[in-house]
Amino acid sequence: MPWDRNQMAARAAQELEDGMYVNLGIGIPTLVANYVGDKDITLQSENGMLGMGPFPYVGEEDPDLINAGKQTITELARTSYFDSATSFGMIRGGKIAAAVLGAMEVSEKGDLANWMIPGKLVKGMGGAMDLVAGVGRVVVVMDHTNKHGDSKVLKECTLPLTGKGVVDRIITNLGVLDVTHKGLHIVECADGVTRDDIITATEATIV
Amino acid sequence: MNKVYKTAAEALDGLLHDGMLVAAGGFGLCGIPELLIDAIVASGVKDLTVASNNAGVDDFGLGKLLATRQIKKMMSSYVGENAEFMRQYLSGELELEFNPQGTLAERMRAGGAGIPGFYTQTGVGTQIAETKEVKQFGGKDYILEEGIFADLSIVKAWKADDTGNLIFRKTARNFNPPAAMCGKVCVAEVEEIVPRGSIDPDHIHLPGIYVHRLIQGQHEKRIEQRTTRPRPEGATRKREEA
Repeated sequence: MPWDRNQMAARAAQELEDGMYVNLGIGIPTLVANYVGDKDITLQSENGMLGMGPFPYVGEEDPDLINAGKQTITELARTSYFDSATSFGMIRGGKIAAAVLGAMEVSEKGDLANWMIPGKLVKGMGGAMDLVAGVGRVVVVMDHTNKHGDSKVLKECTLPLTGKGVVDRIITNLGVLDVTHKGLHIVECADGVTRDDIITATEATIV
Repeated sequence: MNKVYKTAAEALDGLLHDGMLVAAGGFGLCGIPELLIDAIVASGVKDLTVASNNAGVDDFGLGKLLATRQIKKMMSSYVGENAEFMRQYLSGELELEFNPQGTLAERMRAGGAGIPGFYTQTGVGTQIAETKEVKQFGGKDYILEEGIFADLSIVKAWKADDTGNLIFRKTARNFNPPAAMCGKVCVAEVEEIVPRGSIDPDHIHLPGIYVHRLIQGQHEKRIEQRTTRPRPEGATRKREEA
């Protein structure tokens, strides 16, 4: 059985180490926060906050307190606030240990496309280009194939890039792959998924 | 010198002209200068270029200035959630310059600090690098990005003293300080103006040197995505530590 969204998020949470400052993207990456367990992880929200807390209780929403996905959230005892230039200074400056992001396509060279489909989706890159260029480690979490069954793990991305050679590890519903100089290396298969299943579902070179 | 004005229209008097570059604070609908935007709509000034992370929604924030077609060009990082924006952009009526979010913030900060350009790794190898100078430092490629020098900055803060020292609240700070810094003139709207001396100087987020005019007003502070969780029995604390 391939992993579901929550199992992918749980697997991604294993990438995070005690004491890390981490940025989680929108979608499945957001669920990673539910699986960090006892690890002391500080979440950054790039609109200007370290120490992002859970959603507020009903009736306690604060319009001045949102995350980068514009959702109402809460603060923690450790929380700090700062402006956007400072926030991206810590991203660009390599102070954020890891980012977990969604993707439309990833290439075997670690290229990432997740911000634009020409002629269809023109919303903008937000902070994604800054994150992939600046953080210590980039982990992508996504389905292995799109809704048409085509591989999202490609020799070359077809969509406009968010970053070139920036992805370190890919976690999909089928397993875990690392980007190496020679190509993609299968680190782990989801329960009941074989290496051959992953190779069949992948357009990119697997070594 | 008096920086405090009665209304947004009075605070903007003499500052607006067609074709000007305006830098606006805010992220999504959080911490946006909603009263000053309304006053700019009412002024009828046109052909504006607006540097702002987002473009509001159809009926609130910068979306109002798009609806009246007063904006010629946006410099933004993310413009989703705005149907009228999409329509104008796809039909070629509106120019759009996408900036990575951190690059946009740093371009504002740099402009305010007198820095006309800086090199960054953000966007190397992507389409935003296509027209930009590339330079190597330590064997790695960086692209040249230019500082933003705005004609006018409009920002929202929580509190000010009458000299223009500002305090922001939570994540409503966002782009407001760098946007304030990069303007020749900055007008700030706040929820409360207090007498000088009543804010601890160590607690000021943006010194009044960056703020030329001030208004106090009532803010709608609309929430774009209201996300909550159910309250368990007996839970009362707003702040908790995992």
